[in-house]
Amino acid sequence: MEKLIEQFSLGLFFWMLVIFVGLIFLLKKFAWKPILDAVNEREEGIRNALLSAENAKKEMLNLQSSNEKLVAEARAERDAMMKEAREIKEKMINDAKSEAQAQGEKMIAQAKAAIESEKNAAMAELKNQVSTLSLEIAEKVLKSELSNTEAQSKLVERMLGDAKLN
Amino acid sequence: MVISKKPLHFIVALLVSVLPMISSANNSDSTTVHKEVAHAETEGHHTEESKDLKTEIKEYIDHHLLDSYDFHLFSWEDDSKVAHHIGFPLPVILIDNGVQFFMSSKFHHGETVAESNGNFYKLYHGKIYKTDAEGTITYDAEHHVTNAKPTIDLSITKNVFMMLVVSVLMFLLFSGLAKSYAKNGGIAKGAGRFFEPIILYIRDDIAIPNIGHKNYKKYMSYLLTIFFFIWFLNMFGLTPLGVNVTGNIAITAGLALLTYLITTFTANRNYWGHIFWMPGVPTPMKIILAPIELLGTFIKPFSLMIRLYANIVAGHVVLMSIIGLMFIFKNWLGSSLSFFLAFALSLLEILVAALQAYIFTMLSALYFGAANEEHHHEDAHH
Repeated sequence: MEKLIEQFSLGLFFWMLVIFVGLIFLLKKFAWKPILDAVNEREEGIRNALLSAENAKKEMLNLQSSNEKLVAEARAERDAMMKEAREIKEKMINDAKSEAQAQGEKMIAQAKAAIESEKNAAMAELKNQVSTLSLEIAEKVLKSELSNTEAQSKLVERMLGDAKLN
Repeated sequence: MVISKKPLHFIVALLVSVLPMISSANNSDSTTVHKEVAHAETEGHHTEESKDLKTEIKEYIDHHLLDSYDFHLFSWEDDSKVAHHIGFPLPVILIDNGVQFFMSSKFHHGETVAESNGNFYKLYHGKIYKTDAEGTITYDAEHHVTNAKPTIDLSITKNVFMMLVVSVLMFLLFSGLAKSYAKNGGIAKGAGRFFEPIILYIRDDIAIPNIGHKNYKKYMSYLLTIFFFIWFLNMFGLTPLGVNVTGNIAITAGLALLTYLITTFTANRNYWGHIFWMPGVPTPMKIILAPIELLGTFIKPFSLMIRLYANIVAGHVVLMSIIGLMFIFKNWLGSSLSFFLAFALSLLEILVAALQAYIFTMLSALYFGAANEEHHHEDAHH
């Protein structure tokens, strides 16, 4: 201990304090402050970059989900449109069908009416013809009867029988 | 490892066998001496020669550990016994009858008397004493020098010179690093970038955990400076330049004093409250604890001072003793063994150099942290 105290040099102690304190202040101004600031800034930059990357990732995810939503919406819309189109088509076909049917029925009815009237006309004609024929026959019968009574009556009989078959 | 297993075991065994010699290397009447005496006798040499070598080595180590007025690199004696000293002188500044300023080359390594403005000074065993024109040194009964010392000695000694060198080196290194950030867009470049991880380590693993996020910034300059200052000086101490700055009590005292002053002057109410009126203990205990706690504030920096001093001095003494053993053994086994031991110890000392700087910084940060602790201690009791 005595040797230690003897070794203690006041001059060295003085210079040590002067040099060291001076060094602290010099380095503080010219080295430590700029170094620590630069390092802090860099770390801040890295932190910000990481944060923004994270944000970008989140945004990407958001975008992706909204994209999916859009696609789904579009698909649903398309489905709805197709369904509508199909319905319209069905309806048109049905309408066309029912109209055609109605038309056909109308035409058939008209045809039937026409046929009926034609038939009636034909019947009337036929009746006229028959009556004319009958008159002619009757005339002929009457003429032959007038020549041969017996033969005339037989003819009348046979003719009448034929007419009934008709 | 490059060394194969077998020789490694061999080396370890040899190291263990030589250990007793190391521990007593400084002791003049140790087993080494007996061995050496026996060794010298068998070889037919005089015992005195080896003893001379031993004292010479001891003096050399003692001399190395102390501060010096010139920067001495090495010296030798030529055939005609004339000593040659290689090195350069440093300025001597004495405040003694006015300011005396001269170069230490005037002392001629203690061989002549230096004269300055009618005052005479002589270098005797590394210390400056006032003498008469003939350089007479007077002794008392215990062979202590009774000559007066200069009033105030502000010489730029070897240690001061080395501190200046380290300061300039640190300034260039770290201001260069600081500038490189601006130039390279926030990325370090140049030699300084090797120290960037250490700066970050001191911030993230020493300052922030010990002091806390809120207050750590104001201590960063001190912590960084003290770490690199101690580390660089420790490393310079391991070079063949032969400087022992951090192994000087005045230096470690100065560093510890600064830690103490910063702790004391930045301490908050809570810190003083814990010292003078410890919360959570009965009043009589508070009165007993106050002086103990107050003493503790002085013991903490004192332990910092002694720890750094003792570690560095011990490292230097052991390392140089082992190197000295090489010259004492003078045979192929002992000398090569000493060499390997010295080599291993040098590697250990490099670790110690960084470790002691780390410990000093770490403990300083711990004390600053205690001085800044917030008032949450009492809440823990409830």
